[in-house]
Amino acid sequence: MSSNKEIWVFGDYRNYFQNRVTLQILARAVDLASVTGGEVCAVVFGDGTDEYAKEYIAHGAQKVYVMDDPRLASYSIETFSWLMTWLSKKFTPETLLVGATRFGQEMAPRVAKKLGTGLTADCIDLEINDKKQLVQIAPSFGGNLVAKIITPETRPQMATVRPGTFHELTHDYEAKGEIISFDLPENLPEDQIQLLTSEYKPSKKKKIEDADIVICGGRGMGSKGKFKKLFELAKIMNAEVGATRPVVYSEWADHETLVGQAGKNIKPKILFSFGVSGAIQHTAALTDARFIIAVNKNPNATMMKMADVAVVADANQACLGIIKAIKENIRD
Amino acid sequence: MLNIIVCIKQVPMVSELPWDSKTGTLKRELAHGMMDPASRCALEAALQIKESQGAHICAITMGPLMAEEILHQAKALGADEGVLLTDRRMAGADTFITSHILASYIKEYCSNFNLVLCGSQTSDSETAQVGPQLAEELSIPSICYAGHVDFKNTHVEVQRHVDDFFELLKMNLPGLISIDLSSYKARYLALEGVQNAFENPDIRIVDAKKLNLGKNFSALADSPTRIIDVYSPTTQKENRVLKGAVKKVVDQLFKEYGKEISSAMGKDLKTHKHDGGA
Ligand SMILES: Cc1cc2nc3c(=O)[nH]c(=O)nc-3n(C[C@H](O)[C@H](O)[C@H](O)COP(=O)(O)OP(=O)(O)OC[C@H]3O[C@@H](n4cnc5c(N)ncnc54)[C@H](O)[C@@H]3O)c2cc1C
Ligand SMILES: Nc1ncnc2c1ncn2[C@@H]1O[C@H](COP(=O)(O)O)[C@@H](O)[C@H]1O
Repeated sequence: MSSNKEIWVFGDYRNYFQNRVTLQILARAVDLASVTGGEVCAVVFGDGTDEYAKEYIAHGAQKVYVMDDPRLASYSIETFSWLMTWLSKKFTPETLLVGATRFGQEMAPRVAKKLGTGLTADCIDLEINDKKQLVQIAPSFGGNLVAKIITPETRPQMATVRPGTFHELTHDYEAKGEIISFDLPENLPEDQIQLLTSEYKPSKKKKIEDADIVICGGRGMGSKGKFKKLFELAKIMNAEVGATRPVVYSEWADHETLVGQAGKNIKPKILFSFGVSGAIQHTAALTDARFIIAVNKNPNATMMKMADVAVVADANQACLGIIKAIKENIRD
Repeated sequence: MLNIIVCIKQVPMVSELPWDSKTGTLKRELAHGMMDPASRCALEAALQIKESQGAHICAITMGPLMAEEILHQAKALGADEGVLLTDRRMAGADTFITSHILASYIKEYCSNFNLVLCGSQTSDSETAQVGPQLAEELSIPSICYAGHVDFKNTHVEVQRHVDDFFELLKMNLPGLISIDLSSYKARYLALEGVQNAFENPDIRIVDAKKLNLGKNFSALADSPTRIIDVYSPTTQKENRVLKGAVKKVVDQLFKEYGKEISSAMGKDLKTHKHDGGA
C-alpha cells in the first residue's frame, strides 16, 4: 500500500492544561521522523483551534491539518473518526498516533477499522526498525514480558500511547510550521449520538500523577484492613496512595489509585512499594520514579530488583514500623 | 421484542493464583478460566434491561471450546441463548479480526438486534478496542465506558464519566454500548438460574465455515498486526538490600535515606544526622 512518510498525531486538546499527551507524543514523533525522514504532522478538529495548532508547531509539528467549524465545537467520536479517516485516505500517512485518553481510546479503534489497518493499544515505547517500520512496544500478557509489534502490510501504522509515557519538548517560539485548513466535507454523515449535557468536573483531589511521594500497595499487603494502613502512612507523609490491579479488583482501593497500563503513570521523587511483585503492566508506569524503596518478603521479586532500596520484610509490619518511626521523629 | 446481544470473553483467573517464591512471579499455568469482569458487568446491564422491559438476551463469545463454561454461566444468570464461535483458525486473532468474527456472526444470524453490549475492556488484554471496532463493522454508533444505561424504546440515554467530563448522551438504536467495570455490580448466581441452565443446556457452536469467513481464513495470518518479538526486560539494579528484624530494618532505612524521605515529604525528621538538627 502506498503512503507518504508523514507521521500524524491526533490533536487531543480538550482539557488542555491537564492533558499533555498530544505534546508528549509529538516529541516522540520528532525522534521517529528523524529516522524515517518523514514529517511530523498534527491533526486538529474543532471550533476556534488556532491556538492549539500553533502550540503543536511550537512542540514539534511541521504541519498541522485543521478542520475548524462551529459544528465541531464539541468532541464527537463519530464525526472525528469519520474526518480522521477522510483525511487519512486523502494523504495516506505512514503512521497515526493517538493519545490514550478515553476519547482517543474510543476513536482510534474506529479509525483503524474504517481504514482496515492494525492498532496497538497502550504502547510503552515506539521505535523504527531497519525496514523503517514502526515498532510498537507494549506489555504482553503472561509474566514479565514485553512484545514488539509491527503492522507489516497495512497503513497507517496505528498506536495509542498513555499520558506520561513520553516527555514533551520545551515550547519553541521560533518554530515554523504550516497550517493547512480544510472545509468540512459535504458528505459528512449525521451523528447518531447527541450530547445532551456535559459537565467538566476535574477531580479536586491531588493527582497521583503529580505526587512527590507515592505509596503503592500490592496484594502482598494481605487484606483490605491492612491495606488501609497505607492511607494512614500517606497522610503523615503528605503522599498519595497507589495500588496494583488485584488490589483494585478486590476493592481494597478505588480505581483512581490504579498504577500501570490500565491506570496512571507516575513520576514521584520517592516511590514506596509494599507487597508488589512488579509485573510489567505495573512497572511500565514507574519509569519516571526517581527513587524506589520496595518492601517484599521475597527478595527475588522483580519489584525488589528494580528498587534502589530493597527491604526484605513483611509488608504490613514494615508499614506499621515506618508509621511509628515517622510519628516519633517528625519535627513540626 | 427487544433483542440484546452481549459479547463476553473468558479470561484466566490470575488474581487468585499463587506466586512462585523463587522468581516472584505468578504461576499462570495454574489459571482457571472465568468470565471477564467487565463482560459480567455488560451482562448485568442486559439483565437489568430485561427485568424492566423484557428482552431476549443472546450471549456470544469467541474462544476455545473451554469457553463454553461462561456461556452456561451467562444462561444461568438469565441469558436466553449462548453462542460459542470456535475454530482453530480463529486462534491468534487481534482486535481487528476478533471484532470481524463477532460481526460476521451477528450479521448472519442476529441481524434484527437492537442493542449490543460489551465490557469496556477485558482483564487479559485491556485494549478496549473490540467494542468500538465491532460497532464500526456493524455500521452502528457506539458509546464506550458507559456508567448507566436508560432504555427508552427507540433510543437509549447513557451516562458516563470520561476525561473529567460527566456526560449524558442520547443514542439512536441499533447501537453498541461498552460498560465500564465500576458501573454495574454483577449479581451472583441464583439457584433458579442454575436450574434454568440445566433444563436448557444448549449452546450453539459455530465454526469458521458456518460464518463464511472464507476458505483461506486464518486469524493469525489475517490480523493486521504481528508480534515479532517477546522479551523480558532486564531490571536488576545495583541496589541496597536491607534485611533482618523489622524494627532494625526500618531504623536503618531512615538512618541511610531519611534525608531523601524528609525532603520529599517537605517535613523535617530527626532520624537522620545530616541536617544538624535545626
Ligand atoms: C492487560 C493487563 C493490564 C494490566 N494492567 C495493570 C495495571 O495497570 N496495574 C497493575 O498493577 N497491574 C496490571 N495488570 C496486572 C499485572 O499483570 C499483575 O497481575 C499485578 O500488577 C500484580 O499485582 P501485585 O503485585 O499486587 O500482586 P502479586 O503479583 O500477587 O504480587 C504480590 C507480591 O507480594 C509479595 N508478598 C506476599 N505476601 C507478602 C508479605 N506478607 N509481605 C511482603 N510481601 C509479600 C509477594 O512476594 C509478591 O511479590 C494488568 C494485567 C493485564 C493482563
Ligand atoms: N473473544 C471475545 N469474544 C466475545 N467478546 C469479546 C471477545 N474479546 C473481547 N470481547 C468484548 O469486547 C470487550 C472489550 O475487550 P478488549 O478490546 O479485548 O479489551 C470485552 O469486554 C467483551 O465484551
